[in-house]
This record gives sequence, structure tokens and C-alpha cells, in this order.
Amino acid sequence: MALIDLSKREVHCKIVYYGPGRCGKTTNLLYIYNSMNSNAKGKLLTIETKGDRTLFFDLLPLNLGKINGFDIRIQLYTVPGQAIYEATRKLVLKGVDGLVFVADSLRVRRNKNIESLNDLITNLKEYNLDIESLPVVLQYNKRDLADSPIPTLTIEELEEDLNSRLNVQTFQAAATKGIGVFETLKDISKKTVRYVATKHLLNPNKQMEKAL
Amino acid sequence: MADLVLTGPALEKARSQINEALIEAGVHTVLLIDQAGNVVASCGKNRKDLDLTSLAALAAANFGATSQMAKLIGEDDFSLLFHKGKRDSIHFAKVGNELILVTIFGDEVSLGLVRLRVAELTGSIEKIFGQGN
Ligand SMILES: Nc1nc2c(ncn2[C@@H]2O[C@H](COP(=O)(O)OP(=O)(O)OP(=O)(O)O)[C@@H](O)[C@H]2O)c(=O)[nH]1
Ligand SMILES: [Mg+2]
Repeated sequence: MALIDLSKREVHCKIVYYGPGRCGKTTNLLYIYNSMNSNAKGKLLTIETKGDRTLFFDLLPLNLGKINGFDIRIQLYTVPGQAIYEATRKLVLKGVDGLVFVADSLRVRRNKNIESLNDLITNLKEYNLDIESLPVVLQYNKRDLADSPIPTLTIEELEEDLNSRLNVQTFQAAATKGIGVFETLKDISKKTVRYVATKHLLNPNKQMEKAL
Repeated sequence: MADLVLTGPALEKARSQINEALIEAGVHTVLLIDQAGNVVASCGKNRKDLDLTSLAALAAANFGATSQMAKLIGEDDFSLLFHKGKRDSIHFAKVGNELILVTIFGDEVSLGLVRLRVAELTGSIEKIFGQGN
């Protein structure tokens, strides 16, 4: 659920990075945090277990500048990917406006990717949201491993497993090196802001238009 | 969950009610947040060291987690959500279906007073923003 503050002329949107455990969601946020200007980013909040696994969520607030005189604030969240954190994953999804599904290119994670996407669809349904009507992009992460001896999935396989039904924009990434991270972020931010704006800005009956 | 569109007058009204009921009673910070973790309004001492964005995200998550725990043990909801610190304490209350009122206060204010004032406030704030708005 976006929050639109007409008095401060701010729009707040929530973008969630979803995907199986260890696919690289937190790595995406860390890379964004480390490369952004300090006036455009807020504090990075991470809630993790003793290791580096996300226990509840990570949060990175970003300030994307102005559109139509409105300040665009984006909150990036990651979910905990491990299967046991089902309940917390669902909580983080509450009020989501846009989604990045991060898939793991490691061949051993093939089923985990598919299970996680199904889990996302089920959780969205419980909030009466349909994955096909929300802004979603797919990120195929760990592409750097494709050139290594470690068995990885081909893009064709990933497409078939995850994108045959969704048919959304995809990005190849190596989040540890930052490859594809900002491409993914830019595209999902643009889609999310457009999605929220069409609901409020462009609809003449809505309050946001009246205030312009 | 519908998007929340806030207008100046509605926010103004909510802020003045929060100020009257809680800030004037000695509470130092009150946050009105939505369940996605956004700050709708903040009142009271604007402590520069207080990271409101993180606080709102954690409060929303904590509130959500506690409601889920209630359901798991067969309760609808817990009637008192409160964390007591050495100096400051924090109290949570649901406002309608979408909002949460977070009250942070020192030991010079009693929990009983906070609970009473918050109970009165939640109804009137709910009216200001309207159901599902
Ligand atoms: N080779 C390679 N390793 C990566 C890449 N992205 C992430 N990793 C590694 O994968 C491991 C898990 O990354 P995280 O970002 O913590 O994974 P996560 O998705 O947040 O995992 P959970 O919090 O458990 O859901 C770390 O050791 C990362 O360094 C990548 O593009 N290539
Ligand atoms: Mg993580």
C-alpha cells in the first residue's frame, strides 16, 4: 500500500525482494547501500541471525527525487528466504507495491526457486493481491558462476521454470559484483511509481489530482 | 490493502488530537504508522537521534508478528502491547484495520494514563482517516 502525503507532497512505495534462501537478496541491498549517495539513502536496517541469514527483513529507504512535484520515497525490503520463516515472509509482504523476484542460478537450487515463486503467489493471494497485476521483475542472480565449474541453470531453463507464466522483464545479475543490481532497481522503481501514480495521479476522481 | 492518501487537514486534525491527548500529558513521542511500516504522522519531541523510518518498520513488523502469535495460541489479539525499558517505554495500539499508534514515554508518565488516553484517541483518529481509506 502506497502512502501519499498531499501536505508534504510525498509518495512512499514499498518494494520487496523475494526469493529462496541464499539467492542474494540482502547482497542486492548491500550493494545499493554501498554505492548510493548518502543524501539519497537512509539507514540500512538488517535483522539477521548470528550468521548472515536474514531473520526478519532488511530495509533500505531511498529518496528517488521528484516526479510531478512529488518527492518519491522508496522502501526496499528483503524477506527471509529460508522455508521455516514462512510467517515472517508473509508479514513483510504486507502493503507491497512492487516486487523483485531474485532467482538463484545454482542448479541445486532449481526446485527452491520454483517453490519460492509459488510461495510468493500464495502469500499475495492471502492479501487479495494477484502477481499478474502488480509490478514484478525477475532477477537471475549469480550469473558469474555460469563460467565456473559449479553446475548452474541456463537462462532458458530459468525462463521456463519461472517466467513462462509471468512473462515479465528479466535481468541477469551478479549481485556480489554489482552487475545487474541497479538495472533491476531502476526498472522496478519506474514500474512501481508508474503503477501507484496511475492509480492516483492520473485518475481525475482521486484526491491526489484535486490537490495538484 | 488500499493505498492511504493523506490530506493536510486530516493530518492536522490527527496531530492536534494526539498532541492534546498524549503530548500534553507528558508523552515524548507519538508515531502514527500504517501496517506496511510507513510513518503517517509523528508528534512530540523531534529527537534528531531517533530513526523514525526504522522505528516504524520495526513497530509494524513487531505488531504483525504479535498478532500472528496471538492467533497461533487461539487469541484474537493481545489487549496490551507494551515494552518497558529502564527509562523509556513503548506502547502499541491498533487504529482501525490499517493504522498503528506507537507511544513512547518516560517513567514520569503512568502506563494507565497512556492506555486510557490511547483508547480514547484510537476511535477519533479512525474517524478522521475513514475506514479502508
Ligand atoms: N557467486 C555469487 N555469490 C553470490 C551472488 N549474490 C550473492 N552471493 C552469495 O550468496 C550468499 C547468500 O547471499 P545473501 O544476499 O545473504 O542471500 P539472501 O537471499 O539474503 O538469503 P536469506 O537472507 O537467507 O534469504 C552470500 O554468501 C553471497 O555472497 C552472486 O551474484 N554471485
Ligand atoms: Mg538475506
